[in-house]
Amino acid sequence: MSRRTGLILLLFAGYLVAALASLEIDVERVAEGVARGGKFLGGFLQPDFASRWSDVSSGMLESLTMTVVATLAGLLLSLPVALGAARNMAPTPIYLACRAIVATSRSLHELVIAILFVVAVGFGPLAGVLTLAFASVGFLGKLLAEEIEEIDPAQLEAIRATGARGPQRLWYAVVPQVTPRLVGLTLYRLDINFRESAIIGVVGAGGIGATLNTAFQRYEYDVAAAILILIIAVVLLAEYASGHVRRRVM
Amino acid sequence: MPVVDQAGRKIWQRRTRGESLARWAGWFGLVLLIAACWRFIHGQTVWEFVYDAPYQTMDLMQRSWPPDVAYLGALARPVWDTLNIATLGTLLAVVLAAPVAFLAARNTAPSRILRGAALLTIVSSRSINSLVWGLVLVAVFGPGVLAGILAIALRSIGFVAKLLYEAIEEIDPAPVEAIESTGARRLQVLGFGIVPQVLPAFAGISVFRWDINIREATVLGLVGAGGIGIQLEAAKDSLDWQRVAIILLLILGLVVISEAVSARLRKAAS
Repeated sequence: MSRRTGLILLLFAGYLVAALASLEIDVERVAEGVARGGKFLGGFLQPDFASRWSDVSSGMLESLTMTVVATLAGLLLSLPVALGAARNMAPTPIYLACRAIVATSRSLHELVIAILFVVAVGFGPLAGVLTLAFASVGFLGKLLAEEIEEIDPAQLEAIRATGARGPQRLWYAVVPQVTPRLVGLTLYRLDINFRESAIIGVVGAGGIGATLNTAFQRYEYDVAAAILILIIAVVLLAEYASGHVRRRVM
Repeated sequence: MPVVDQAGRKIWQRRTRGESLARWAGWFGLVLLIAACWRFIHGQTVWEFVYDAPYQTMDLMQRSWPPDVAYLGALARPVWDTLNIATLGTLLAVVLAAPVAFLAARNTAPSRILRGAALLTIVSSRSINSLVWGLVLVAVFGPGVLAGILAIALRSIGFVAKLLYEAIEEIDPAPVEAIESTGARRLQVLGFGIVPQVLPAFAGISVFRWDINIREATVLGLVGAGGIGIQLEAAKDSLDWQRVAIILLLILGLVVISEAVSARLRKAAS
């Protein structure tokens, strides 16, 4: 071990001690919490789907519709951004502008973006759609741009040799090479958007999150457990379905 | 390849009639679904508020300028808490994820039942957002840093374990075989044949997750789980937009720095 690694480890150990010392853990509250944790697990064994079913079902419907619309909007918006953020496709000023869009979208958490959109367009699922679409642009834009940068240049050159113009080159040389990956990324983002739609309701941006938050605040663990089970079920279903679609496309 | 006979002329087509009908129906269904979803959202939206958006946005910007720089001093402790939530949470997750990954990898799993249990742990940890874990843990343990650390840890176990078990499945079997042929026992094979091969990947994955967790830890406070999000929630609820602005700038700085640190560490690890 070099002296430098030793020093870094020592500093890290010092940080750990300081961090652990600054934790203020209320032992009594935690002991009380363990009993409550048991109650929550009990809720999982007996989830209550019935008593707030109208709230739960409308929340889930909202989450699902938000997911679909936001993924589509995010996909459409991310295509030009991805093209601009690929170094082999765009001139430097456009490249930098698109990279800046991607960086902003990726560094802000969905919840923070949701707060701002709720102020701008009011409470409700539209704020959620805008939030998820904005977050999708950064995600899809970055990953798709990387894909475009790695395409086989020989095909592009072959198409160019036929005298094809810009849009034609794009359509016949670039699009076929990245389409399978684009489908995979979009399905992946669909999955993420659903998972995120389950929490942005906490700040008023629609979806099941508001219902979930309320359930916890009322200490209705059985209702909360029912919602969590529904979320996991949808995620599993989506993962299974997207695996199926991906195998067919690739 | 299907051929259509049109008045004696044979025309080659890419798809049969059934295939193109099915494709057309698929696209039609997709458009219908999206239209229905949009209609639903349209119905839930108060459009008067939306038309008002440019004015509201301008107003928001005016009210949040200039950011309340004097408030920065009071934010030192929340930033420290945020850092601790992300770091301690990641550490806890890494410690717990390593055995789960070895149980889940096909080439190191001791039994099929244990492998199934490990995979189930990974899936349930991954499909629940750390903020939802935060909601659960705040209800159980009360608001505070502890709930945040555990929320980060519970969400990260699945992430770290998944990437790690994929790395374990991709190792070179030759060193493992070499160690086995010396008569080493199972644990020795693990320690001398497998662990050295996945250690760099493990370090990289942990740092990568730490970077994501910084971002998550900045908002965990919105559900009461400690960190700078608590101040964000308070400032937002009291409509003190100058404070919101300075908090958001601070979060942005924190995320950018952590990303740079993580990139450097990962370069050093690989």
